[in-house]
Amino acid sequence: MKFRTLLAIVAGVLPGSLAAVVLFLTIYSWPAIRFNGLEFAFRNTWNLGNLYADPVTLGGVSIQPGAHYGILFLIVGTLLSTLIALLLAVPVGVGAAIFLAEAVSGKFRLWISFCVELLAAIPSVVFGLWGYVVLIPFLAHHVFPLLAGTLGLAIPIFGGETGSGYGLLTAGVVLSLMVVPLIAATLRDAIVVQPATIREASMGLGATRFETVWKVVLPNVNKVLIGATFLALGRALGETMAVLMVSGNALNYLPPNIYAPISTMAAFIVSQLDSALQDPTEMAVRSLAEIALVLCIISVIVNGLARLMLLAWSPGRRLAR
Amino acid sequence: MSVASIPAGTVSATVPKLHKMRMARRLFSSLGWATTGFCLALLSILMLWILAVVAIRGASAMSLSLFTTITQGNGGGLLNAIEGTVVLSVGAMLLAVPFGVGAGIYISEYRQTSWATAIRFLADVLVGVPSIVMGYFGYVTMIDYLGWGFSVAAGSIILAIICLPYICRTTELALEQVPNALREAGYALGAGEWRVIMRIILPSVLPGILTGIMLALAISIGETAPLLYTAGWSNYLWDGRLTHSPIGYLTYAVYTFINEPFAEANALAYAAAFLVTSFVLLINVLSRFVFDRHHQ
Repeated sequence: MKFRTLLAIVAGVLPGSLAAVVLFLTIYSWPAIRFNGLEFAFRNTWNLGNLYADPVTLGGVSIQPGAHYGILFLIVGTLLSTLIALLLAVPVGVGAAIFLAEAVSGKFRLWISFCVELLAAIPSVVFGLWGYVVLIPFLAHHVFPLLAGTLGLAIPIFGGETGSGYGLLTAGVVLSLMVVPLIAATLRDAIVVQPATIREASMGLGATRFETVWKVVLPNVNKVLIGATFLALGRALGETMAVLMVSGNALNYLPPNIYAPISTMAAFIVSQLDSALQDPTEMAVRSLAEIALVLCIISVIVNGLARLMLLAWSPGRRLAR
Repeated sequence: MSVASIPAGTVSATVPKLHKMRMARRLFSSLGWATTGFCLALLSILMLWILAVVAIRGASAMSLSLFTTITQGNGGGLLNAIEGTVVLSVGAMLLAVPFGVGAGIYISEYRQTSWATAIRFLADVLVGVPSIVMGYFGYVTMIDYLGWGFSVAAGSIILAIICLPYICRTTELALEQVPNALREAGYALGAGEWRVIMRIILPSVLPGILTGIMLALAISIGETAPLLYTAGWSNYLWDGRLTHSPIGYLTYAVYTFINEPFAEANALAYAAAFLVTSFVLLINVLSRFVFDRHHQ
């Protein structure tokens, strides 16, 4: 066999793995997909049914009596926590990238950049630990009451019960911290490689340095920013451990305000597998597989789009994590 | 002529207006620098805060018995978890390195083929698949269909799949640095593809490839979610079996023992977090140095 052919086959492991993930999750969850139907996404009822009763046959599949699977609350929790994460991470990431690229120079820039990138290397369970031990008490005792007392008077979602600290906003804050290095590093690289001529032209016309960055350089890299935001979106959607440890793991419950407990699709798979295994008909584990499949497809689409954008728009490729 | 035609009053009215505009622009610029500087400072402070919490609480939980005894109930040591993390990560690297490096060579050396383009793109997409999805895939296939039970094999294979795209892409990046003249010289001397790639190109970029492998190792050490339902957890040392035998790992200790209401258990969690974070950061710093030296 030619060496080239051998390498081509070895390289096939990558698409092979991706295909296998989608294929096996689909096969495994197929009974659940048929049983749950489209309402899966719009119902707010994750209920394993009566586990002490005999299984009944409904629509050709065997389930525990009373079993219902709907994950609206997970979709809402996932989308809202990701939205908060991006609302916090994008401005901070852009600001940090600008300052790193334009105001910090030489060796100092290398070191600070490295520190920001190290933030991305910290394992998610350590973010979870920090969120659980430090951030939750801090937010619950100091920040949330303050927010509810000021912003809460004007905007209803910031008002009401501030709870124990486990919840939507905490999850969003931790997630934002996990994705912000991605945005900052990608954008900084794009700003640094912008041609000096556009800066010189702008400053030659009398713009200040900041005006040059803000009004000339930044619009030039806005597509990179969109691509990086999509990457961050993909990561936030699928983040598991940190969210699991700070979100409060709500069940069948839509958050009435920004402090309320939530759960996300990724975290729910971890928190529910043990109890789902109690279902002798296996419909619960198969419904969890359906969640994993949905999450997988969403992240493939989001990441595919992000890569296409970055590939088409940015001059230098970069291995972003 | 035009200067003379401007009425006297206009000039005196424009100068303060221009002055005001300049002040506004200066204010905007200063505020801009202050805000962006604040963003960077905020990030740095939060990062230091996380590291300080892990370092201080972790260091105070350190003791020699952590490294010599296994977990017992809510206390004991972390020997089983440390051993498990090493076994799982080494297993993952043994599987991922040949395939990842091979795939990286392919997409770099045969980049003009459409198969290479597809693989490069799919590697990037695979990076974005949530690790819990990988874990559940491992549960469905290896634990359920194949009946392996929670095991080293299942955990390592899933970690390997997660690490594959990183190794593949860093290998490709490293190979891109090799000047084409080197390849041409090899072929001109009559060497085949195998010899040119394995004997000439690969050795010249070994540090770059090693960097990628080290970063992948750091990722495999820090993963939790994909292992929960593939490797399981065990309080005991590994019995050497690849299947039907669960194994402990450090990140599980962080996740589980921090939720226990006992100070002893919490200390284990801090110690485990300290070990994992130190490993991961050390690997990142080291690989940065290797990479920088190689590129200078």
